[in-house]
Amino acid sequence: MKLPKITFWRIVLLIIIVLGVYSTFRRFVFGLGDATNMSDTFPWGIWIGFDVISGVGLGAGGFVLTAIVYIFNLRRYKPIVRATVLTAFLGYVLVIVGLLYDLGQPHRIWHLLIYWNHHSVLFEVGWCVMTYTTVLALEFAGFFFEKMRWTKLVKIQHALIIPLVILGVILSTMHQSSLGSLFLIFPDKVHPLWYTPLLPLFFYISCIAVGLAMVIFESFLSSRAFGKQLEFDILDRLARVLAVILAFFFLFKIEDLIRHGAFMAMFEGSYESWLFLAEILLGVLLPSVLLFIPKVRHNPTGMFTAVSFAVFGFFFGRLNVTITSMEGVARAIYTPAWTEWMTTIFLVAMGFTAFALAAKYLPIFPKEEPTAAVSGAASNK
Amino acid sequence: MKKGLLIDLTLCIGCGACTEACKAQNKLPGEVEPELTAYTWASLETHETDEGDEIYVRRLCMHCEEPACASVCPVAAFEKTDTGAVIYKSERCIGCRYCMVACPFSVPKYQWDKTFPFVQKCILCYDLVKNGEQTACAKVCPTEATLFGDRESLLKIARRRIEKNPGKYVDHIYGEHEIGGTSVMFLSSVPFEQLGFRTELTRKPLPSFTWGVMSLVPNIISLGGLTLFGTWWIINRRMKLARERLEQEQNQEESEK
Repeated sequence: MKLPKITFWRIVLLIIIVLGVYSTFRRFVFGLGDATNMSDTFPWGIWIGFDVISGVGLGAGGFVLTAIVYIFNLRRYKPIVRATVLTAFLGYVLVIVGLLYDLGQPHRIWHLLIYWNHHSVLFEVGWCVMTYTTVLALEFAGFFFEKMRWTKLVKIQHALIIPLVILGVILSTMHQSSLGSLFLIFPDKVHPLWYTPLLPLFFYISCIAVGLAMVIFESFLSSRAFGKQLEFDILDRLARVLAVILAFFFLFKIEDLIRHGAFMAMFEGSYESWLFLAEILLGVLLPSVLLFIPKVRHNPTGMFTAVSFAVFGFFFGRLNVTITSMEGVARAIYTPAWTEWMTTIFLVAMGFTAFALAAKYLPIFPKEEPTAAVSGAASNK
Repeated sequence: MKKGLLIDLTLCIGCGACTEACKAQNKLPGEVEPELTAYTWASLETHETDEGDEIYVRRLCMHCEEPACASVCPVAAFEKTDTGAVIYKSERCIGCRYCMVACPFSVPKYQWDKTFPFVQKCILCYDLVKNGEQTACAKVCPTEATLFGDRESLLKIARRRIEKNPGKYVDHIYGEHEIGGTSVMFLSSVPFEQLGFRTELTRKPLPSFTWGVMSLVPNIISLGGLTLFGTWWIINRRMKLARERLEQEQNQEESEK
């Protein structure tokens, strides 16, 4: 019964690769005008809104969990820290690859190193992403050293882990919030439902939420793909924290809207108001409420559903800020070209493949854990 | 001295000489297009008033006193120069298009037809002005609807015109205060919002909206680092002490046995 399913997914992967390579070809041979629906009225599309701005958020689990385990010394979360660091590292690599698709002069990405503008939020984000990806690579390198049995390097890496984690938390705090600051400079272009001087703070809170949500989400996927037992006790605790953060985000957002006199804009029935309600009710309030209910949380399907809503809500929120919020002033609606979606799906598929390969060949999942001992780790893929 | 342009819409006859001159001066290919594009840095719009009169509105870069494009560019490809012009250094550009998103007037345009495109916009004829000449558009204007000069003296001229003809002009020099002021300014007999001008813009220079956050960065690094390290140290030490105490107790128990 298992074989046809695997073949099906392999065919899907093959189709994604073929179409993805074709879209990549279109972009790098014929240019952005050919491969995307971006225009002078809409210079930023989903490659920025989804691949870069949302992608960075998804990797936030890395700094949240390393801080919990190494700085706050909550060792019970250690079994999942490696998979999370791997996810974050791959996520950031994909963000950089996604950015190369989007930049008009991708071969000049290194210009960030020599031409400085400390007034630019994007300059700060660029530097943070560069350095944090290096930090993640060093955190990740530990697994590789272990695999190769380079004990000396393993020791050096272990000695450096605390400074690395601290650096990672600072860099993440800076660039995760700064992604929200990107939008502060055009107060007259962003819809009042999303524009607030506190945008960086909302980006920061929501990245922590989605970071935790992704840890849970990814644990579920891994347990299915690698036939590994769920660390359900750990995930349950994380889910409770996630519920609180989402509830806080919801209340804080409502409070902020009231303070700016934009509360009623939610109910004006406009295109923006519907998309905002979908984001805040389905993507924030619903998962929060669901995760507060023990009955839902203690049921794997329930928890997975709730967490999926939280991840979906995060994407929805980020795309609302980058795209929906700007459509009013631009007097235009932007719908991505299929080639834009295809390259995005292609990158995500590459990420999954890379994760599967790393999980197969590197010591990512704890072997000594009695619960995870009986696993067909190499059976699928 | 910072130069600028004063465009008096009441004097414009819509001949389009300025847009042609712009194309020639900047060696831009193709015909003049109705809207700004990467290859049309100055365009002319026709608006009809309620009385049926035609009003011609020129679009071009406003050359902000504190430009958002220069503030947001991660590689500092834009610069507000001493001539008043906001210029673009294409050799630096990485193509992130943040300038296009950030510009309150949506002026920077992109070469979407190219595989590796650049941003394009009016540069207030930087080379000409640097050599003491006028901009190409001001030079060819037959009615002096586009006037070139020092920003300060242009403002004086504009104010005098409004004072002399209060019935003719609306009492507003567009560009005097918008987003902290611009080097290109407009006078009109019709309220600006009816001519496609954004009149809801803030008077605060746009870069100030992000500087409040950006200036916090050094504090985040130092205080954040200190707090995190302190937290780790305290927790780690407490756990170590607790472990030692436990070992001691165990040792005692063993020796008692």
